[in-house]
Amino acid sequence: MTDTVDTAAATADLHLLTGAYATDALDEPERGRFERHLAGCESCAEEVAEFAETLSRLGAAEAVAVPPELKRRVLAELVTVRQLAPEAHEDADSPVPTDRVPRRRGRAARQWPKLALAACLALAAGLGGLAVQQHDQAQQARARAARLEAQQAGFSALLTAPDARTATGTVRGGAVGTVVWSSARGQAGFLASGLPALGADRTYQLWFNDAGTMRPAGLLPGSGGSLLLQGPLDGAVGVGMTVEPAGGSAHPTSAPIMLLAFA
Amino acid sequence: MSGVVHLPGPQFRGPDLKELVSATAFGDQDAFGRLYDAVAGPVLGLVRRVLRDPAQSEEVAQEVMLEVWRTAARYRPERGEVMAWVLTMAHRRAVDRVRAAQAATDREQRVAAQSHVPPYDEVAEQVEGRLEREQVRRCLRGLTELQREAVLLAYFRGFSYREVADMLQTPLGTVKTRMRDGLIRLRDCLGVGS
Repeated sequence: MTDTVDTAAATADLHLLTGAYATDALDEPERGRFERHLAGCESCAEEVAEFAETLSRLGAAEAVAVPPELKRRVLAELVTVRQLAPEAHEDADSPVPTDRVPRRRGRAARQWPKLALAACLALAAGLGGLAVQQHDQAQQARARAARLEAQQAGFSALLTAPDARTATGTVRGGAVGTVVWSSARGQAGFLASGLPALGADRTYQLWFNDAGTMRPAGLLPGSGGSLLLQGPLDGAVGVGMTVEPAGGSAHPTSAPIMLLAFA
Repeated sequence: MSGVVHLPGPQFRGPDLKELVSATAFGDQDAFGRLYDAVAGPVLGLVRRVLRDPAQSEEVAQEVMLEVWRTAARYRPERGEVMAWVLTMAHRRAVDRVRAAQAATDREQRVAAQSHVPPYDEVAEQVEGRLEREQVRRCLRGLTELQREAVLLAYFRGFSYREVADMLQTPLGTVKTRMRDGLIRLRDCLGVGS
């Protein structure tokens, strides 16, 4: 039996493949064709998501006891698997093969200043008069990269502090925020994912909650990411997050969309 | 509201999985350990249903759990439950393994050898989760035989819908629509998305 169909019928046909797709019953190239269709078909995507939920109930009902060695093996492997950064979740749905490389946070940040400087030096050689300005920019880039690197290093140090603790909460709409803090280091960090994207004129701002008084702790532009909070923990009892005008505010100008206690 | 009581799915019991995924994205190994405890049983159970071979199944389950660790930051809570996210990855990997391992001729033999085996009579009994299993079974009984076989042969055996069509000696188009309307009926019975 062969399918000879016109384009409209082929599209209707693709709609009907939600079930076969959700059960992974499509072979290539049909799977790829359906995934391209899925990207532009909201009702199909919704149906596939509901089917995935439905099938997960069937799958979860098959739960078996897991040999303890498996957990030990998985935990032992964690250090060899580099985690993806939260910022780049736009293409979350494209399956990516596992790459196992030693975990090194902030590698791009470390390489950047060297590249920026090299590019500027090359320019300077050709353009003479611009050299000073370019060098200034390179220094700025270097300073920014150094700050980023310090952020990353600070974050890693915080995460590995023996007394590091975390608290997590959800924001309306499903975004999740987590604060990690170490009393010994007197520092805290924050990570969020799935926050609604803000316009260029607004930013998310973090605050230390000094028993009711909010102390600025840094800005989180975009829809998520991680941030080593600025300033010491001192006597803060938690952190809050608000939406502020771009550049941030000295005091919160809106009600917090998330409050997390250090408890 | 109808009078039907929907039992809460596994995602509503125990620790909040969304929060554990969020902390895992942070590199929190302790949170990952707890996430592992909550999902590893379903992952291994599902993978084993598809692959059969215990050693291979453990290998794939390990890959899946490391993939959870690697991509935790990409999980979008607004798009669905953690269990569905994890089991979708697990199923895809198990099926990819089956398809990669099987040359075309092997697969034909496999279709022939397994076509007489009813797909849903070999559930490993385990006290935990019995209520869910009962509900799943009840809902599966609400499907027509063709719907049920089409969905289960694909999901638990990893057959493509072309293979399913061959096995059930049913036209491709019919299998395609039965998989879909079978899942719609299951979805409604299990109260997903309501």
